Amino acid sequence: MTTELKEWPLWEIFIRSKQGLEHKHCGSLHAADARQALEMARDVYTRRQEGVSIWVLPSAAITASNPDEKGELFDPAADKIYRHPTFYEIPDEVGHM
Amino acid sequence: MYTQSFNVPDAPGGKAVAPVPSKEDPALQAAFDTRIDADGRIEPQDWMPDAYRKTLVRQISQHAHSEIVGMLPEGNWISRAPSLKRKAILIAKVQDEGGHGLYLYSAAETLGTSRDQMLEGLHSGRAKYSSIFNYPTLTWADVGVIGWLVDGAAIMNQIPLCRCSYGPYARAMVRVCKEESFHQRQGYEALLVMMTGTAEQKAMVQDAVNRFWWKCLAMFGPPDADSPNSVQGMRWGIKRISNDDLRQKFVDATVPQAKVLGVTLPDPDLKWNEERQHYDYGQIDWNEFWETVNGNGPCNKERLATRVKAHNDGQWVRDAALAHANKQKARSIKEAA
Repeated sequence: MTTELKEWPLWEIFIRSKQGLEHKHCGSLHAADARQALEMARDVYTRRQEGVSIWVLPSAAITASNPDEKGELFDPAADKIYRHPTFYEIPDEVGHM
Repeated sequence: MYTQSFNVPDAPGGKAVAPVPSKEDPALQAAFDTRIDADGRIEPQDWMPDAYRKTLVRQISQHAHSEIVGMLPEGNWISRAPSLKRKAILIAKVQDEGGHGLYLYSAAETLGTSRDQMLEGLHSGRAKYSSIFNYPTLTWADVGVIGWLVDGAAIMNQIPLCRCSYGPYARAMVRVCKEESFHQRQGYEALLVMMTGTAEQKAMVQDAVNRFWWKCLAMFGPPDADSPNSVQGMRWGIKRISNDDLRQKFVDATVPQAKVLGVTLPDPDLKWNEERQHYDYGQIDWNEFWETVNGNGPCNKERLATRVKAHNDGQWVRDAALAHANKQKARSIKEAA
């Protein structure tokens, strides 16, 4: 049995601004449940047609990387410049590649 | 519709913000300072000094409170708007202010304070909000003047906040500023229409300008010399432009708008200074400002009472939504079992 809620939990809101684009995080809000979170997100984040689709997700469900581990996580990519196309010199006569 | 560098101390007695695991480690402090000096951004999970956190919680929550209380003076006019068009516009504007309050409360919550704590601060009268909302809105022209001058002053203040060093606050402000421009323009346009009306209507606009002008200048906060917190705020990249510089920008921008509108600004000392290339203006009554901040303005009690009543009257809605959510949850667990 899960613990009964005392106050409205926090939800993270993601909006797709138009068909063909990804949902993007735009903020958070408190709501009693997912359906109410959707309704509220409509009122809080799409008053000027900012969206065609909304995702809501309990904030507590997010697992985030630890900023203290930023070095270990991301530095290994820093010296791998050969992963970028600009690393390779191609003769001009080849044209666009 | 927020205002000022409203970073004034709240009344004592508030619960402290949930303290960060206090490791005022010199290395962490140095990394923080380096990032600030490089005009970098601080995000919620990053280490930050306690004082930075506390300053932001105070400023962002005061800003949020100002948006929420700011709904009241204009909300009073929704039922008395002169046309259906003006009523629809005013409802949209007041709804925006509520939205701005929500963006800002969320930004403050990323710093470890809770919504309930902030609301408790507001409702108990301990937390401050912008002094401008403690003046009455006596006529329809006041609604226009609030849009033009109060929101105009707010925009001056809020645009630099879009570059604030704290990411969630800056992002909330970008959203707010986009919407704020509509607020100012609708107010100015409503006044333009009134100025084509009868002598009585024109006098109403002038009267509203007379009553709000000085209070708008005070919205930018105390002069730089009397604003010791400003220096630290600047150092931290929370504040980007000083109170006096913002006030000057506002005066310089507003004088030509007043001319187009056909009203005078109630300051005999207001004149162009060729040497400074700015308008000079007269003395602001800071005693009145502080009296109002400290709870003795004409509407402080009424605003707070209205806000508390609205919150209490909505308690059953919050309870019902929660009861429904809990019931749905229990049901889905049972079905899954």
